[in-house]
Amino acid sequence: MKLSALHQSYLSRRSNSFRSSGPLDSASDAGYKSSAAVFWLILHGLCCLISLVLGFRFSRLVFFLLFSTSSSNLYTPPLRSAAELAKTLDVHSVQSTNPVANNLQLPFPNKTATNSRVIVGRHGIRIRPWPHPDPVEVMKAHQILERVQKEQRLQFGVKDPRTIIVVTPTYVRTFQALHLTGVMHSLMVVPYDLIWIVMEAGGVSQETASLIAKSGLKTIHVGFNQRMPNSWDERHKLESKMRLHALRIVREKKLDGIVMFADDSNMHSMELFDEIQNVKWFGAISVGILTTSANIAESLDRKEEEENPRMPIQGPACNASNMLAGWHTFNILPFAGKTAVNIDDRLTVLPRKLEWSGFVLNSRLLWKGGEDKPEWIQDIDMLDGDVESPLGLITDPSVVEPLGSCGRQVLLWWLRVEARTDSKFPPRWVIDPPLDITIPSKRTPWPDAPPELPAKEKPEMGIQDPIVKHVTKTRTSRSKHRSKRKHETRTDTQTSTRHAEQN
Amino acid sequence: MGKWLQAFLFIAFASSIAAERNPRTERISGSAGDVLEDDPVGRLKVYVYELPSKYNKKILQKDPRCLSHMFAAEIYMHRFLLSSPVRTLNPEEADWFYTPIYATCDLTPTGLPLPFKSPRMVRSAIQLISSSWPYWNRTEGADHFFVVPHDFGPCFHYQEEKAIKRGILPILQRATLVQTFGQRNHVCLKDGSITIPPYAPPQKMQARKIPLNTPRSIFVYFRGLFYDVNNDPEGGYYARGARAAVWENFKNNPLFDISTEHPTTYYEDMQRAVFCLCPLGWAPWSPRLVEAVVFGCIPVIIADDIVLPFADAIPWEEIGVFVAEEDVHKLDTILTSIPPEVILRKQRLLANPSMKRAMLFPQPALPGDAFHQILNGLARKLPHQKSIYLKPGEKILNWTAGPVGDLKPW
Repeated sequence: MKLSALHQSYLSRRSNSFRSSGPLDSASDAGYKSSAAVFWLILHGLCCLISLVLGFRFSRLVFFLLFSTSSSNLYTPPLRSAAELAKTLDVHSVQSTNPVANNLQLPFPNKTATNSRVIVGRHGIRIRPWPHPDPVEVMKAHQILERVQKEQRLQFGVKDPRTIIVVTPTYVRTFQALHLTGVMHSLMVVPYDLIWIVMEAGGVSQETASLIAKSGLKTIHVGFNQRMPNSWDERHKLESKMRLHALRIVREKKLDGIVMFADDSNMHSMELFDEIQNVKWFGAISVGILTTSANIAESLDRKEEEENPRMPIQGPACNASNMLAGWHTFNILPFAGKTAVNIDDRLTVLPRKLEWSGFVLNSRLLWKGGEDKPEWIQDIDMLDGDVESPLGLITDPSVVEPLGSCGRQVLLWWLRVEARTDSKFPPRWVIDPPLDITIPSKRTPWPDAPPELPAKEKPEMGIQDPIVKHVTKTRTSRSKHRSKRKHETRTDTQTSTRHAEQN
Repeated sequence: MGKWLQAFLFIAFASSIAAERNPRTERISGSAGDVLEDDPVGRLKVYVYELPSKYNKKILQKDPRCLSHMFAAEIYMHRFLLSSPVRTLNPEEADWFYTPIYATCDLTPTGLPLPFKSPRMVRSAIQLISSSWPYWNRTEGADHFFVVPHDFGPCFHYQEEKAIKRGILPILQRATLVQTFGQRNHVCLKDGSITIPPYAPPQKMQARKIPLNTPRSIFVYFRGLFYDVNNDPEGGYYARGARAAVWENFKNNPLFDISTEHPTTYYEDMQRAVFCLCPLGWAPWSPRLVEAVVFGCIPVIIADDIVLPFADAIPWEEIGVFVAEEDVHKLDTILTSIPPEVILRKQRLLANPSMKRAMLFPQPALPGDAFHQILNGLARKLPHQKSIYLKPGEKILNWTAGPVGDLKPW
């Protein structure tokens, strides 16, 4: 064992001291000899007792504290546990009672070479008084990380990154803040120049404007005079019209960059923005489809019990030589008859055959004027009817460039979650002025307030009703659950106090 | 006249283009000059003694795990020298003599080498070469070199107190020792030794490289023990309390990704970190240094007075960060106060491929790798001084010194 050396030296020291004290005195001093031996016995017994109590080889600590040199190994405060504190206190008491211990020689094998400052043996474990991060240093560390990552991008990232033009159709609704904030934060982290074109159905509204103003990005907020219809089909058509309108804006303003379509309910990965920089004219990426219903899980379970349910993916399909061979689209058949028609339906919402968000294009394709535009792009002004997907913009589908290692990388996810059309929410999701009612929480572990008397129940119920009116219908069921649980806990505390009083 | 001017301008232009630095990496110029790219072929000659296979091949056959643990450098050095152009079959023209002994190949079932028989093995080998060839007695080993990569090198023990007590094996007192252990003013590092990195498997590390544009998002990374629960449960002995101090001070710090778990993505995580801690353990050296250099993570070395591999050729102060063991509790302050330009420069130095190659033992050998750095180190010690040659009948080494157990035959 590695630590046995010290123990052996301790034993040998003890036996040495016995031997040395022997020939010291003549037989006439037998009393002194035996008292020394007895004294050592008592000391040894005391140390053994202390070790028994503390469960630690006490002798080691004695050595450490008595004989370690001044090379700053004695950093005991703050100690790791109360046990160690007890040990040091005991050591001090032992030291005061037997000054003989200090005279012992130390046969500690401390034979490092003369000049070395590094000492073999036990060292203290230095812990600073507040072992928690300092916020200023954390900020500095993040700044270092940012600088390192910027350098990495300069060296290994895309050379000459182009501006990204993001087109997002949106409208004011309950979940708009949720979805739009998600997209906004993704766009704020993108390391390239960005222009965000937000198309709003129902005209420009203060809600949306205040939300996107928080981003600090270059935004173009355009209103569309039609209101969003309730059926999904109509909705998709209106969104396509809004996107075409945005493309017209790109053409008018001659914006230069890469156009991508970020629907506000989608989720984007950061690698997406790096990957679309590789597009030359017209590219396609794989979109993962997350459909929302329990029905899906059931249907999949029945069909493929052994296989894992796979996430359907829309995007380009390549053949062995990494050339575009076809398209993966969404299979609607399993959901025939079970799809949502209106927004309020609690059935699955399905994507179109090919979503707009799975395509990116070079903005120069949209410009008027020749330059080196390829011939397969149609003029958007000529298009009047519905364009279901960007493939409608081009005449020759084979020129599409598959991105993300030929469609194998899924870089964004499509999801459509909407609240009911009549669901209400406070404007800008801010409750102003704040509610004046406080409801005591029954879940704290501290019994700071005495248990409520039954007489107080009715006024509480009365107070809860106004709150119910403020929130949306989806919340009412939850608050009812909450009040039910409160009743239960209240009765529990009452019964427990009664028991306590009885006892 | 015009032609000369044109030629001069052309040469100046070409040389300016050639001298233009690739901003991604930076040349490493150490205290011995730009020696990482030196070629030892032609500068020295090494003679390899033909020892019976009980000293090398048979030991390896008994336990092939010796080829992949961190002490495998002794085996690969032998194989490299057998087929290297610096090898000579004529011992009269040799500058250095190599004795192939695999002293670190007696492994426990868990894979740790036991050094108890190694002194006897080395002694018996030297008795053999001193009786069969005249070259040992000529200088008493001053122009011989041995590879001793174990924990405390030529002291042949894994416990530091015992190793210090034994000291360097007396018969190796005049030879040059090539070892992984290096600590200033320590009994087990003698003057003139060459420190080498521990063996790390090059193919495994190469296979786990991730794309270089993956952003480095971990600030400090470490995986390993903080308390050696089997041998030192309270802490204080293991790593002189430094690893335990790292844990106690920084376990709550989100910038420090430290843990005792052994993840499957260890190599990939190192490539996503800016700093990698390389604290001492029972001995001051560790393969983490090699891994950090290969993966471009700045090594933070916490080991007082350590002597790093090829210290005369590689400017470790400019590449890594050195933290004294007593300053471990301030590690976060130290690391966050390094200016970003310094950090970028260190990363550029680490990105230099000759730096990464110098830390590895690839098979087959590549120019500039650790084998060549060892030969460079040996070449830098040439020519031998006349004083190492003993007069006939003169004896300096004491063959009977050392513990009694070492004198038994092997």
